[in-house]
Amino acid sequence: MKIQSTEDLEKISKEYSSKLYYPDTTKVLVGMASCGIAAGGKAAFEKAIQEFPDGNGVQIRQTGCIGFCEVEPLVEIVETGKPRVIYQKITQDKIGDVIRSYLENDFKKTKWILGQVRDPRSVLEDHLENPLGGIEPLEKIPFLEDTPFYGNQVKIALRNCGYIDPDSIEEYIARGGYFALFRALLDHTPEEIIQIIKDSGLRGRGGGGFSAGVKWATCARHHGERYIICNADEGDPGAYMDRSILEGDPHSVLEGMLIAAVAIGSNHGFMYVRNEYPLAVKRLVTAIKQAEKYGLLGENIGGTDFSFNIKISTGAGAFVCGESTALMASLEGQVGRPRAKYVHTVEKGFRQNPSNLNNVETYANVPAIISKGADWYAGMGTEGSKGTKVFSLVGKIKNTGLVEVAMGTTLRNIIYDIGGGVLKKKQFKAVQTGGPSGGCIPEKYLDLGVDFDELTKIGSIMGSGGMIVMDQDTCMVDVARYFLDFLKEESCGQCNPCREGIKRMLQILTNICEGHGKDGDVELLEELGDMVAKASLCGLGTSAPNPVITTINYFRNEYDAHIKDKKCPAGVCKNLFYYEIDPEACTGCRLCAIKCPQEAIAGEKKEPHVLDQEKCIKCSICYEACKFNAVVIK
Amino acid sequence: MNKVSPSTTDPCAEVEIDYLELDKIIEQEFDNDKENLIMILQAIQKRYNHLPQPTLKYLSEKINVPYSQIYGVGTFYATFSLEPKGRNIISICLGTACHVRGGERVRERIEDNLNLDGKHTTDDMRFTLEGVRCIGCCSLGPVLKVNEDIHGRIGADKVEEILENYE
Ligand SMILES: Cc1cc2nc3c(=O)[nH]c(=O)nc-3n(C[C@H](O)[C@H](O)[C@H](O)COP(=O)(O)O)c2cc1C
Ligand code: SF4
Ligand code: SF4
Ligand code: SF4
Ligand code: FES
Ligand code: FES
Repeated sequence: MKIQSTEDLEKISKEYSSKLYYPDTTKVLVGMASCGIAAGGKAAFEKAIQEFPDGNGVQIRQTGCIGFCEVEPLVEIVETGKPRVIYQKITQDKIGDVIRSYLENDFKKTKWILGQVRDPRSVLEDHLENPLGGIEPLEKIPFLEDTPFYGNQVKIALRNCGYIDPDSIEEYIARGGYFALFRALLDHTPEEIIQIIKDSGLRGRGGGGFSAGVKWATCARHHGERYIICNADEGDPGAYMDRSILEGDPHSVLEGMLIAAVAIGSNHGFMYVRNEYPLAVKRLVTAIKQAEKYGLLGENIGGTDFSFNIKISTGAGAFVCGESTALMASLEGQVGRPRAKYVHTVEKGFRQNPSNLNNVETYANVPAIISKGADWYAGMGTEGSKGTKVFSLVGKIKNTGLVEVAMGTTLRNIIYDIGGGVLKKKQFKAVQTGGPSGGCIPEKYLDLGVDFDELTKIGSIMGSGGMIVMDQDTCMVDVARYFLDFLKEESCGQCNPCREGIKRMLQILTNICEGHGKDGDVELLEELGDMVAKASLCGLGTSAPNPVITTINYFRNEYDAHIKDKKCPAGVCKNLFYYEIDPEACTGCRLCAIKCPQEAIAGEKKEPHVLDQEKCIKCSICYEACKFNAVVIK
Repeated sequence: MNKVSPSTTDPCAEVEIDYLELDKIIEQEFDNDKENLIMILQAIQKRYNHLPQPTLKYLSEKINVPYSQIYGVGTFYATFSLEPKGRNIISICLGTACHVRGGERVRERIEDNLNLDGKHTTDDMRFTLEGVRCIGCCSLGPVLKVNEDIHGRIGADKVEEILENYE
């Protein structure tokens, strides 16, 4: 069936909305994004199907990720007239019991339960009544919306992730999907759409933070076959917002691209997806087929004379291909080398034609903005950065996961309230934002409200949204070395300052980490950094020194410890520390001795153990294993 | 697991190329279109687990792209390998989130365990070790992928146990 009008859409929406919120039979939703699967979600899903085969009064369905990756596999159970309950860490051995307990209204095993849902509606479903409105909530079970992890979030880009089956276009439509496209097609002129996006203040979520509306307007002004391209290269290590959106709600991105196409006047779209994301590609392929089936992609979309198709291309493991000109070269089947942007890609990009490139999250926001208006969106966030931003909160943090918060939320709020603070109660040291182009932010800036401009002021950048928390065990010199090593590998090598400059800086940092640092190294790093930043051709080079410069600025003491005292206080750089067992703290539990691959630890049960420096290869296994903090860094 | 014949354990041995099959990939799956070069190479690599030189030469003529350019693409992108890889590919995540959670230590353990000594592939072609930069499962860091299986939250002490499962 082709959807020809808003009424057609309305019909599907009504039908599936009722299936979503008032299912005929109990519905079990298993989180099956990549890491949900890796955590055991798929095994749990299969086990559930085995135990509750079709027609048994229980339907088992897959969904995306509600973001709390730490407690995956997540399972939600929905039944008409009953509270919706989300269960945590439900592996295959538990899922049967969990489902049975729900069916029997037994909610005593509270450690299985993450919380109950107060209101499952998305931001696009204000017109509906809360499906859980009249239902008596469970006693003693917290509402998800009241937990620190979820309570501080506002889900716009992630509005459907974890709520719908990503392989069901109908469920996307049920939650208000594709209505914005029809508005764009029927109620607005292209100029009006662009104006709405401009007024909303939406800035590109891929890192640069350029106004999406301005970019669209410029692209629309240039003549020729125009292309709409989605940047799903997500090269920033430690960031997976885009993956999660593509895996959990692919249609939101397709709809965003469609609206951009209507506004800019384009008939061809491209999706450039990272090679490491096979599941995202799979879900996109399904989504595109479904959209074609309903006439939402292809010829005469929605019965109008607008036509648009989307082709998926995959990258092949090159970080620099996230850069706009390199990405377009790669789309053409070439080596992904950036070019100088005297002429912007909105004028001459892919195939030398006007091309509009936006990030996954940028597009995912678009349908919500068109549906709810520019003022609504601009009402959230800060002066210069509107709306929300998705962050992947990872590293040494208790609650790892994907969080979406209003721009301007403080780092402290994100890390301590939502994230639950540092893992194993260790000492917070820094949070890294912006990936290899960003910087490390120390404790003293934790009260900073996160937005594009504030992060730039302190030498980091917003980047695409990776937020990596580092603790006392992270060596900041090693982190700087790590990023430069990454960038050395990923530099395309065509311009000197980047290719040679990064290599030289890396050499110096490696020397420092190996214990050969000398006076003046830090100053030399600063000087080289300045040169690389100023003289490189593309963003990879110009931002490459950021991780080095911020760590020098905020953690100079660690550089000094490495260079002057020849010590790595964090216990990372192997030549600059050794492990010792503190006889006062050691209980003689033998754990370290059993685990040591070198048989370097000896001692009698219940007696303090001794570590043989000669044999030790500093693999850190004993340090991680000891529950009494008896293995110490010297 | 398939028995491996002696000829395939020799990394330098020529692989047999099925040109009909190659035609199918190039023509049917990818329309003989040079813009699809990267994806064609991916398909070839998937089939042969590396990019055998004859296929590249053949491809060059098929889609009318100079061999030098195909070679350029084949060496520019990290996923491509011109040399045969082992039967099992271990991808250790070296992304930032995994790095700060001890990914480097895990890599050292693997290198040690497999006696790699700076090589990427074991002499018996059982394993190839590669570093990848984030597979997007950072919440499970440190992450290790063996073939298609993702293993999360692995400490250096778990390495042996995991690798034992792959022949
Ligand atoms: C080296 C480098 C890597 C980049 N990687 C990405 C990426 O992985 N994903 C992304 O969306 N943008 C990336 N960008 C930013 C893009 O060049 C571009 O600004 C962005 O995709 C535009 O979309 P937006 O305006 O919606 O953010 C990268 C830029 C540079 C210089
Ligand atoms: S700055 Fe680096 S990555 Fe960018 S074009 Fe120059 S060499 Fe290539
Ligand atoms: S660091 Fe590793 S090798 Fe050294 S004593 Fe501890 S477990 Fe053994
Ligand atoms: S694990 Fe810790 S407490 Fe136990 S023997 Fe080793 S050092 Fe002592
Ligand atoms: S569980 Fe994978 S993205 Fe959250
Ligand atoms: S950093 Fe290892 S999976 Fe992301």
